[in-house]
Amino acid sequence: MLSGTLPDIQKSNLWINMSETRKYTSLQLTTLVALRFLIGWHLLYEGISKLMNPGWSSAGFLKESKWILSGFSQWILSNSSVLHAVDFLNTWGLIAIGLGLILGLFARLAAISGAILLLVYYMSNPPLIGLEYSIPPDGSCLVVSKTLIEAVALFALALFQTSSIVGLDFFVARFRDRKN
Amino acid sequence: MTAGEMRKESEQIQQNEEDKVILQKTTLQRRTLLKALIGIPVLGGLAIEVFKKTTFDKQKRDRILEELGLGNISGSAKIKISSGKKGELIRIGIIGFGNRAVAHANGLGFMLASDVDAFKERGIFEDWLAQENLNIALTGICDVFDLHAEKGLEIARNGIRTTGATPNLPVKRYRSYQEMLADKDIDAVMIATPDHHHAEITIAAAKAGKHVYCEKSIALSESEVNEVYEAVKNSKIVYQLGHQIAQSVVFQQAREVIEKGILGKITLIETTTNRNSADGAWIRHLDKNGNPKPGDEKSIDWGQWLGSTPNVPFSLDRYYNWVKWFAYDSGVIGQLFTHEYDSVNQLLHVGIPKSVVASGGIYYWKDNREIPDSMHVVFEYPERDLTLLYSANLASSRNRGRVFMGHDASMELGGSIKITVDENSTRYKKQIEQGLMTTSEPMLTLDSNTGKVDAVSGATSKYYTARGLTTTTINGRQVDTTYLHIKEWLDCIRNGGETSANIDRAFEEGITCVMAIQSYQEKRRVEWDPVQKKII
Repeated sequence: MLSGTLPDIQKSNLWINMSETRKYTSLQLTTLVALRFLIGWHLLYEGISKLMNPGWSSAGFLKESKWILSGFSQWILSNSSVLHAVDFLNTWGLIAIGLGLILGLFARLAAISGAILLLVYYMSNPPLIGLEYSIPPDGSCLVVSKTLIEAVALFALALFQTSSIVGLDFFVARFRDRKN
Repeated sequence: MTAGEMRKESEQIQQNEEDKVILQKTTLQRRTLLKALIGIPVLGGLAIEVFKKTTFDKQKRDRILEELGLGNISGSAKIKISSGKKGELIRIGIIGFGNRAVAHANGLGFMLASDVDAFKERGIFEDWLAQENLNIALTGICDVFDLHAEKGLEIARNGIRTTGATPNLPVKRYRSYQEMLADKDIDAVMIATPDHHHAEITIAAAKAGKHVYCEKSIALSESEVNEVYEAVKNSKIVYQLGHQIAQSVVFQQAREVIEKGILGKITLIETTTNRNSADGAWIRHLDKNGNPKPGDEKSIDWGQWLGSTPNVPFSLDRYYNWVKWFAYDSGVIGQLFTHEYDSVNQLLHVGIPKSVVASGGIYYWKDNREIPDSMHVVFEYPERDLTLLYSANLASSRNRGRVFMGHDASMELGGSIKITVDENSTRYKKQIEQGLMTTSEPMLTLDSNTGKVDAVSGATSKYYTARGLTTTTINGRQVDTTYLHIKEWLDCIRNGGETSANIDRAFEEGITCVMAIQSYQEKRRVEWDPVQKKII
């Protein structure tokens, strides 16, 4: 529901709201958790498949980089130790984000980092008019790609948290409460 | 009901209520707890799926490899990067210091300061630095053009080196190759001059006892090929012709594919050249801005450059674009078919063809050239039931590849290997019927990049990449094939053994090329007489 006026809510309040557990109907909760599981599953498997494929490198993807990040990609490619670091962070980053989302452990951090990572992927190879890639696209995309949608969905999950109800963040929250 | 009874009852009710709350609380807590842990079975589900997929992939791969008899194709394991024994220092002189010699110097472990940035941009500078030290010294440079000779001296002196200590011996410029070959302080020479000097310099080097690494072609005429062969055979030198392509890992894999008969009987091999630029058509006397490149009679020893070829006035066109004339080269045959031939000969040992028919013309680059820009040659090997085709065109870059055609499968061999099963294959009939093998796309691709272009891009690779087979790099490093080819030559100098492009292979290649040129020039079918060892 879009509400027109919320005069009291300042910018800072938005962030406070983010961390507080909301009340959801069970259908809302189920839908949000399902979305969290699905994206977590996808990212975790992307990480695992890179881990299991010793020959994998982000070089092929970076070489394709066409838009505002192409200079950055070239820099990564030109330095093999940076490239190795990027490969390592990519693989383990995806695994950590996927685990965080599925287990609901530090899920907000996972969702935000996942969203940023996906935005970087999107900005490296956006399906803009005139940019052509040798990697086959996943379906027909114009400006909007599935990567971008997934990134925005992760931002939404960061705002609509479920992990302290359905997830290990429940224990994290209890631990914090007890400490306080 | 007495007051006491009523109180008791109400207490009882209260007690019941409390029990209920406690009960509710515990169920609630259990439910909350279960909810908090619900991610774990989801994770378990993923683990099961990953396990199932890994097993499925492995079984499928094993089955295909088993059907093909490719149990443990490796390739990379056969290429040794480290030679172990370094042996004695070898002092090398380079004769002719053009672009190709710069690549030789890179292979030897030297680099021009102006090339460092380009290597860094391509992301291969660190791999180059990690290249094993060959324990050589670059002590001699010979070039008839001052500018090129100075470039050679710079690369030998500038101190940009691969890791490991290379002794900094003084480097000397020689005014002629004769002068270099007469010097006791040179052990081996690398020849990268225009082709019309190759035979003469190789023969002189062999006689002087200097080991030779010579760029293709071996020689330009039948008599020259014979003379080089005799000179090298009668010497103790180690000879290597500059065909570095076969050093790549995919070639080692292609050899296994052919040796294991995966393609079935091969009756046709198609090789091609597909270029469409002035540079590709050997028009190279202008710089990027369209101005003539440097060089005049003062800085170029023109008489020495011409050598034994007919005397003509100094010409920058001839100096830079020498490939265009038959006096200095044999065009697409000498420059490009040689690599194609070597690829085939390394894999199948076809040797010299029984007959050759060539045809073509100058159809696009209508300048003062003599060499055809469109040329097509048919080499017949009736004893092998094999035809080798070569088709070159310098006015279209449509890639036609290099394809080995067998009854059961075809193999396209380039930077990668693509094997496609033939729909009418006898050997794979059953597998095709069972749907295990598909004929509509390559069944097996051996390449380090295919199928791995990935992040969360959703990219799906159609090609089935058998993992573990996929190495174009060695131990995770990009290794220069020219370096490997030079290293093989140096290893043979130190430890004995045969180079892969030795004088026998070079002889076969030289004769085959001369046959093609003769057929084109004489407009007839030429044959090889294996008894007389003569072209007829």
